[in-house]
Amino acid sequence: MNASAKLDQNPELRSRAPALEARAELNRAIRDWFREQDFLEVETPIRLPAPALEEHIDCPPCGEHDRLRASPELHMKRLLAALQKPVFQIGPCFRDGERGPSHLPEFQMLEWYRPQADNQEILIDAKSLLRHCAERLGGGGRRFRGQSVDFAGQWQELSVDQAFDRFAETSVDQALAEDRFEQILVEQVLPAAGGRQPLVLHGFPLALGALARRDPATGRAERWELFVAGLELANAYSELTDCQEQIGRFRKAAAVRRSRGSDNYPVDLRYLEQLRRGFPPCAGIALGVDRLLMVLSGRDTIDQVVPFPPESELVAPLEQISKFVGDTK
Amino acid sequence: MYTTSDLRKGLKIEIDGEPYVITNFEFCKPGKGQALYRCKLKSMLSGSTMDRTFRSADRIDKPDLATREVIYSHGEGDMHVFMDAETYEQFHLAPEVLGDQVNFLKEDIECEILFYRDRPVEVTLPIFIEAKIARTDPGARGDTATNVTKPAWLENGYEIQVPIFLNQGDVVKIDTRTGAYSERVSKA
Repeated sequence: MNASAKLDQNPELRSRAPALEARAELNRAIRDWFREQDFLEVETPIRLPAPALEEHIDCPPCGEHDRLRASPELHMKRLLAALQKPVFQIGPCFRDGERGPSHLPEFQMLEWYRPQADNQEILIDAKSLLRHCAERLGGGGRRFRGQSVDFAGQWQELSVDQAFDRFAETSVDQALAEDRFEQILVEQVLPAAGGRQPLVLHGFPLALGALARRDPATGRAERWELFVAGLELANAYSELTDCQEQIGRFRKAAAVRRSRGSDNYPVDLRYLEQLRRGFPPCAGIALGVDRLLMVLSGRDTIDQVVPFPPESELVAPLEQISKFVGDTK
Repeated sequence: MYTTSDLRKGLKIEIDGEPYVITNFEFCKPGKGQALYRCKLKSMLSGSTMDRTFRSADRIDKPDLATREVIYSHGEGDMHVFMDAETYEQFHLAPEVLGDQVNFLKEDIECEILFYRDRPVEVTLPIFIEAKIARTDPGARGDTATNVTKPAWLENGYEIQVPIFLNQGDVVKIDTRTGAYSERVSKA
């Protein structure tokens, strides 16, 4: 389609008004809930010299030395350790090379962290927050991807091992050995589990819990993920606070990245130093605000809940603009 | 070879010596894990469909495809004959290759045939063709709402929905990609 024809489609923006109203109400609802729970709202840098090293998450470069954050995690944990206070943040995060019906390269993330807590207390938070948000956005009854999702009722909670035993053709460890964990999760487990109930999968393999604490009882990571109708909404863990183990995991992630041909980032020394000096036990979570809005407003793609999906932008060199918008002298 | 970042709806790829077109494409990346590229594929030879999930490191074969510009010549029994306007070489295409497009074939229209290793697998017609309405009921008088339609039939029996004000003998433009009425070209 040529640019002039595309320019004519601008009124489409108006049709997004209901989704944008819902977004504003969701942001208000989130802030109200955190204020009531006595959390401190914080803002941390978007441009980072040392993002957390993760095997499969790439931060877009920004300037010569920095990256755009994939998550505010390290800065928020530094604040939490210093203030010994629960903190939350809503803000933009970035992922290189991620685009699809539920992925935008730039999206809104909600993260919160509690000192003296583990991932089970974060689950209690999540249930309360999401029920509150669903109520504020008009209660239940919205159909999302063919399901009428109900946050108010019982949530389904399964360990990753249980879910694989029940729904998949292989065990978790075998899937990992064959390097097919994600594929089996997406193709066999998620379509079969959940339904209209929110699904919590907990006890992820340690290899997939970059900054999560190891549960001594199971040997798995103290990490859970929330899915709604197969869509991943949130990722929570009891935070790893052991400096040596953290360095080991960064090294392992760096090695995997190198073998894949991805570059590695410098390491945040202030974060490691804080771990070394002693960190309170704590837990935290990252939740995709755009995706929550998709579910609560019954829209199947992430493009429908943002005003300006990246591919909708239309640009021309300054010398050529008269071709598109007429003579501007 | 393609990499996973080339994958998108409409891309043509080859798997185990068979060409496929991607009819649906979904990126997903569960739980901080590796990215998955879930595709629905349709065979360009048999039309059969299958699901295939690719991962970041995968490399995907490019099918050996070539296009030729031809004009539609005539029907011969079930087959449809196209001709290269420069070399006069003729190609006989089975109706399965054309699908619903057989409804829009007219002598001398310029088309493109896509070949997979010398085998014709797909025909692209001009986006719009003109056709005469052979039969339609007169629109009810006073019914002027613009979005009201009625059925009409072309000379080959193909049925389309047209605005209520169109008459038998009118020539209309049809979008061959959707098979739908586009606009009226001339009145009867």
